[in-house]
Amino acid sequence: MEPLAYLADVRRADRAAEHFALHRRAWLKTAAIAGGTWLTPVAEALARRAEQSGGHEPAQSVILLWLAGGPSQLETFDPHPGTAIAGGTAAIDTALRGVQLATGYERLAEQLADVSLVRSLTSKEGDHERGTYLVKTGYRPDPTVVHPSIGAICCHQLPVGKTEIPRHVSILPNQWPARGGFLGNSFDAFKTFDPADKVPDVSLHVPDARQAQRLADRAMVDRAFAAGRRRQFDATLHGQMIDRAVAMMGSEQLKAFDIAEEPAELRTAYGNTPFGRGCLAARRLIEQGVRCVEVTLAGWDSHTNNHEAHARLAQTLDPAFAALIADLRERDLLSRTVVLCGGEFGRTPRINALDGRDHWPHGFTVALAGGGIRGGQVIGETDPEGGRKVSDPRTVADIHATILTALAIDPAHEETSPAGRPIKFSEGMVIGGLLDS
Amino acid sequence: MWARNLLFAGVCLGGAIALAASLSPVHARRAQREAQPAPPSEWQATVDRLNESFRARWQAAGVVPAARATDLAIARRLSLALEGTIPSLAEIRDFEAHDEPDRIAWWLAGLFADRRSSDYLAERLARAYVGTEDGPFLIYRRRRFVSWLADELYANRPYNQLVEQLITESGLWTDKPATNFITVTSKPDEDKGPDPNALAARVSRAFLGVRLDCAECHDHFFREWKQTDFQSLAAFFSQTEQSLRGIRDGAGPIEVEDARTREMKPVACEVPFAKELLATEGTSRERLARWVTHPDNRAFACAAANRAWAILFGRPLVEPIDDIPAEGHVPEALAILADDFVAHGYDLRRLITVIALSEPFQRDSRVDTDASEADAEDATAAAEAAWAVFPLTRLRPEQVVGSLQQAASLETLDYQSHIVIRFARAVGQSEFVKRYGDSGEDEFSPQGGTIPQRLLMMNGELVKDKTKDSLIANASTRVAVLASTDEKAVEIAYLTCLTRRPTEEEEAHFVARLAADDGPPRRQRMEDIYWALINSTEFSWNH
Repeated sequence: MEPLAYLADVRRADRAAEHFALHRRAWLKTAAIAGGTWLTPVAEALARRAEQSGGHEPAQSVILLWLAGGPSQLETFDPHPGTAIAGGTAAIDTALRGVQLATGYERLAEQLADVSLVRSLTSKEGDHERGTYLVKTGYRPDPTVVHPSIGAICCHQLPVGKTEIPRHVSILPNQWPARGGFLGNSFDAFKTFDPADKVPDVSLHVPDARQAQRLADRAMVDRAFAAGRRRQFDATLHGQMIDRAVAMMGSEQLKAFDIAEEPAELRTAYGNTPFGRGCLAARRLIEQGVRCVEVTLAGWDSHTNNHEAHARLAQTLDPAFAALIADLRERDLLSRTVVLCGGEFGRTPRINALDGRDHWPHGFTVALAGGGIRGGQVIGETDPEGGRKVSDPRTVADIHATILTALAIDPAHEETSPAGRPIKFSEGMVIGGLLDS
Repeated sequence: MWARNLLFAGVCLGGAIALAASLSPVHARRAQREAQPAPPSEWQATVDRLNESFRARWQAAGVVPAARATDLAIARRLSLALEGTIPSLAEIRDFEAHDEPDRIAWWLAGLFADRRSSDYLAERLARAYVGTEDGPFLIYRRRRFVSWLADELYANRPYNQLVEQLITESGLWTDKPATNFITVTSKPDEDKGPDPNALAARVSRAFLGVRLDCAECHDHFFREWKQTDFQSLAAFFSQTEQSLRGIRDGAGPIEVEDARTREMKPVACEVPFAKELLATEGTSRERLARWVTHPDNRAFACAAANRAWAILFGRPLVEPIDDIPAEGHVPEALAILADDFVAHGYDLRRLITVIALSEPFQRDSRVDTDASEADAEDATAAAEAAWAVFPLTRLRPEQVVGSLQQAASLETLDYQSHIVIRFARAVGQSEFVKRYGDSGEDEFSPQGGTIPQRLLMMNGELVKDKTKDSLIANASTRVAVLASTDEKAVEIAYLTCLTRRPTEEEEAHFVARLAADDGPPRRQRMEDIYWALINSTEFSWNH
């Protein structure tokens, strides 16, 4: 546990920088003690982490390809060709002998040596909002507390380094983007949309000289307000947020959102879709030290015409997912980036009267790759007859525990909720077969 | 031809005169504030008792209360709490013209008479009753529900009757809007009607200030609630059915789903505390509603008083807002408010008035101290905890956007406003709230601001739109062009954005900025001043 203890110190310092808690004095004290550590170049910190984790450099970032609406396992990662439940869906061979994907995933099939599938996920949440909460946080919704999503935990625990742009980003978010939960809303994902458009609200409307004057005037108004209200005023963190927003507006790193800088060939490989562009932007963002990017592809809630909807979505998901894995690998980023692809639940093996499939949390698949996750593994099996019994069942919390471990974050680490209750980052069991030992 | 040109010139001139008139305090437009407050004798005794209780608390805690806030600061707090916006310049002129001792009560009576406050209050209460999401398609009409609630609040319907109706209403969600309280919990996707567990959670939190739903899956960790308490409460809704004819009470089995195992099990209807108050007659929903609103059920009145306090202060008297000891000790101030609420017919306006006229609400958020900085910090922390100084709380997104739009206009944006203006306002608001980030139902948990919020306020379309050079649309341009002196222009900018006058230092600073020979044109300089004020901490926080 020695290395983790050391890391905890580094992280605590960086967390202090990141986490603008409401207790300013405590914050200032930590910051003062941690002043030196703050300035540690990110490379050095990373080298030390690598050294202390025994040669394996732990993962640094997470990319979540979020399939909103609940994709059918049968038409994506867990086909059962020729059975009654397939409803005619065929399967294709992949780079892994004996492992098949549904038709439509030909390009991903080529990458499967680097991708693992957990086909035996089970949950009790068959509702979109509750299921989304569960898969993004690893916890079932709880009326007393809002749990942080995995991206928020990454930002809370891993060093800030020299990243000036938001370290937790949600591209094309639906109504439930990842949140900071009880870690604080400063850990909420920064929402942005199709990378073909400009990032909202980061460009000035006036020349630099006027902007500088505006900021100086603003600071003067704040000085008048702060008089006699020092403590309460400092706790608002308003001024610090302005400073950080201004730093971000002037940052070169903002270019990471602009995929026009990428060669046309690569852009085509990802696919000329908002989601494809989002995946490409995700790669550019993690190169700048962003800790977690979620890219959402919506439309999987196929209560009617399931096969059509899934065939259409595969045309978007397949090239983007496959290109992302290949691109990360070619740039030597795959080993330090966990890619997770999945939705809030699966869909019923039985096809309903409208040729649709309904919600099915009793056996669904997520795909994982990179960041020390061993490729080419398949965990668990679902019933080819469509029953609820799955072999080697796993929970969503297990996925969280596994990813956190890959990031060298201790899943059993406890943070205290506002109500004073200690809560672990994850209560799941690490899926041993997925981690290099 | 000349006649038309002359007419046009005349219209322009008339417009300019009207604009100039609206900027001048002497000719300030008088809003129709006919509502008069009830005589103070009505509530003074309760206010006195409340004040005594706080004075004793301050003395015991050894804290010196802050001085009284300025009347304008108090008026701003009330407009934000009840209308979701800062007062307009026209309203400020009215307020200052009414220079009487009952000024605050008079202002409050004007707010109650303004339909905007019922609308806003309804939205705030709806968050606790039905949440913020759109809910199940077709069978749930949130907007219908909120406008019904606003109508009831505008009529000042007694709160106990309102809640009784929410729990017991039957019929169609379109025809009987109160039934949306029930239908919002349905899951048509899963072919399920109203969810007794979700309803029990709402009832206990929103109406009783009790987090009984923490015992949904297992016994509560540190309160007395058992899982069976929760399930027995949920059982009151187990016979509530939903069909094409709407919500009704059926005769199905009395059973609830165990949240952990997801299995149905038979459970008898029972309330978690004050069991002697439960009636034996009536449908199960009627029995529950009468128990919830029973005059001897202290939790009901305490929860209402705590919520009213939170809406006015931005922070509940007992935190968290829905975790008040149901039968044990509550702070004396909460007990005083709850007793007064029950004794005076569950009158929400009276409850709000008593809080607004009490000493804590009228304290400044500023303390004057000559102690060392560290000591001063400790002293203000203690003063904050005892409500001896007004708390700084973050404004909700719709309060920020409401204020932004109001600050860009010299006239009051209300039901008298042109339909086009109101429509543009509504569209701008919803887009802004989405980007600013709605805090949803946890609206009273203390949160700092975020970077995206600051980006939105600095660079967002709406802020740009509301401060840019536009004589028709924006106050900044009108003030730059029409104010008689630079001092007046700066004063009006402060009044419209921050509901106060500038300090000497601020006035000197900005007057010099307007008078400078170099830099951008005067209208742009005024735009920059508006930008600076709108991006200040003061603008985005309640204080």
